[in-house]
Amino acid sequence: MTVERIYVFKKFERFWHWSQALLIIFMLLTGFEVHGSYHLFGFADAVAMHTVAAWTLVGLWVFAIFWHFTTGEWKQYIPTTEKVVAMMQFYSVGIFKGAPHPYRPTMLKKHNPLQRLAYLGVLLFIGPLLWFTGWFYLFFGDWKAWGVDGLLSLEWVAFFHTAGAFMMLAFLIAHIYLTTTGHTPTSHIKAMITGWEEVD
Amino acid sequence: MPTIRRALLATCGAAVMLTALSAFAAASPDPTSSLNGATSSKKSTADHSKFPELKRKFKTGPEVTQACLVCHTEAAKQVQHTKHWTWQSADPKTGQVRGKKNIINNYCTSVVSNEKDCMACHAGYGWKDQSFDFSVQKNVDCLICHDGTGTYRKLPGYAGHPVYKRVEFPHGSGRFVDAVDLGKVAQSVQLPSRSNCGSCHFFGGGANGAKHGDMDSSLQHPEHYLDVHMAEKGLNFSCITCHATNSHEITGSRYNVEAARTGDAAIRGKTDANPAACQACHSNKPHHEARLNQHTEKIACQTCHIPEFARNNIGTELSWDWSKATIMGEDGKRMMRKDSAGRRAFDSQKGEWKWESHVIPEYRWFNGTSTYKVIGDKIDPPKPVQLSVVGGGPDDAESRIWPTKVHRGKQPYDTVNMTLTVQHTGGEDATALWHNYDWQKAIATGMKAAGLPYSGKYDFVETELTWPITHMVAPKEDALSCAQCHSKNGRLKDIEGIYMPARDGSRWLDILGWTLALLTLIGVLVHGAIRVVNSRKAG
Repeated sequence: MTVERIYVFKKFERFWHWSQALLIIFMLLTGFEVHGSYHLFGFADAVAMHTVAAWTLVGLWVFAIFWHFTTGEWKQYIPTTEKVVAMMQFYSVGIFKGAPHPYRPTMLKKHNPLQRLAYLGVLLFIGPLLWFTGWFYLFFGDWKAWGVDGLLSLEWVAFFHTAGAFMMLAFLIAHIYLTTTGHTPTSHIKAMITGWEEVD
Repeated sequence: MPTIRRALLATCGAAVMLTALSAFAAASPDPTSSLNGATSSKKSTADHSKFPELKRKFKTGPEVTQACLVCHTEAAKQVQHTKHWTWQSADPKTGQVRGKKNIINNYCTSVVSNEKDCMACHAGYGWKDQSFDFSVQKNVDCLICHDGTGTYRKLPGYAGHPVYKRVEFPHGSGRFVDAVDLGKVAQSVQLPSRSNCGSCHFFGGGANGAKHGDMDSSLQHPEHYLDVHMAEKGLNFSCITCHATNSHEITGSRYNVEAARTGDAAIRGKTDANPAACQACHSNKPHHEARLNQHTEKIACQTCHIPEFARNNIGTELSWDWSKATIMGEDGKRMMRKDSAGRRAFDSQKGEWKWESHVIPEYRWFNGTSTYKVIGDKIDPPKPVQLSVVGGGPDDAESRIWPTKVHRGKQPYDTVNMTLTVQHTGGEDATALWHNYDWQKAIATGMKAAGLPYSGKYDFVETELTWPITHMVAPKEDALSCAQCHSKNGRLKDIEGIYMPARDGSRWLDILGWTLALLTLIGVLVHGAIRVVNSRKAG
């Protein structure tokens, strides 16, 4: 088996990924403290840091969205049904037998079909859920001025924000594990660090 | 034994005035300068000691008032419109007529039939029974609020008159109070200082700090930690800096609180603004941090900025159990006991008290309107009687979460007519409770004076009195920290109707969410373990 190296992740993409990863982990950590799940930084600091992290992430996203549209990289997330079944079979059976990965990433299609679906779900569902609820949570004091005072309740805004956080946590666990399913257990992670992916 | 009989005359107000004045005397060696606080009469354009009308001997208080009215033609009429004179106030929203004259409180209970004593704190002369004529201008007492000498004293038993003749007080104590020099007092008049207001308001309920918890004689010379506004070395506010007065009408009454003021700080010329509200100077967005300002939608300033009240050794009274009154010592005589901090704990005349310092407030939704029990209101025992209860709730835009002092106690009630009783407590006559130790006689006299039927049967019922806390604002460093409320068992754990991060949350969502995360973790671990095992087999 020959090992080939392909350049899949560009510099900005890698920067975006890792800074976003750190911010999300940090926001989970502080967010669940604000939720009252444990004591770590102290409530006041947790709130303050959660807010700073949120604004940082907003800034990062402004750049990321700009980057995705100017480079056309947004197309990487267009869902496809092609090879979805094959991927599912690989993760549930083939992987245990050392079967070859059914998907071969390229510069134009760097994500396998399951990744596309999962990331699209994060980008179009979990993300907006957190952004939307987080925004109203943050600007609770302005509800009256915005005229949404009678429509929203902090209880439900917080409920959906927390629900989004749980989904993000589950995604994070699965995501970290799935990085080990590449050519070698570390080849995906190396790719996200160096940009170069080793493939079979 | 006449001396013992006289000793028994010591009443609610008696201890009060004595403590009051001795506290002032001890605290201010030079009364003419430091008693004035921030509103020194030295800044006045008039020197009353140069007025010929006042350069004479005065025999009585009303004579002084008549002299005052020569120039201050409208003053008495103005005072006669205020609660300081009428002891009565109608709620602008509910119409309920309250005021000291009508309510039953949790301390000395009711003024009716006890006017001679209680009126030591009335801004008037001669209110000794129900026949008092509220229209007589010379009976307005100017000096109790405007005395600048610190020598003007009104003792219980004289229906609001000052001491005209040297008298032993308390009776049988061997201590004497000199007659007041009315001319000197009249020439000393000034804007009301802390000691003028404090002579009644610090000592209400019969002892220093007893009543309010956020007002006591420590406000005479407070340190910064006790009161950021009144601190002598700081802003040095007097009472009327906030309770600014126009035509003798004093702003900022507990009977009509502006509980949820919004908007900017008041600017000069806007006379509709109540200067006694925090927001009048600070606006309702006073913090640099927007997040803190958001809290003003739900929380009164006082909730965070008065983290504890009675922050001193004086403390405040938390309960008064009248059912223990008339319990005599083993020798059959009046018995008195103090607590470890030297505060009254028991008195055969009055019952049992509990005191506390550094009290954590009880928090309530409050819209500024309180409902009081007035004389004759029906009650529903054995349910504790709410003598004063704050109105409002989470769905009321005019409500905020306020710190309150809840004073608990027990009082007699008519078990047939189901009303709290009015009892004749003070005095040396044949039915006064503090003289005869006979509830039956005291209640019968009190009820008759109040014009209420009395069945002859009484028992004791639990009572509660809830008052908002608003004075003794702490330095910002001592304000509540976030987690003191934002936690499972924080200060606001019993407050309903709001969602508080860290306190609240859906239990089901938590169970579901953590299960999802755990199952995901187990899933990937099992998946990984199988891969490892299989690859070893293959390898």
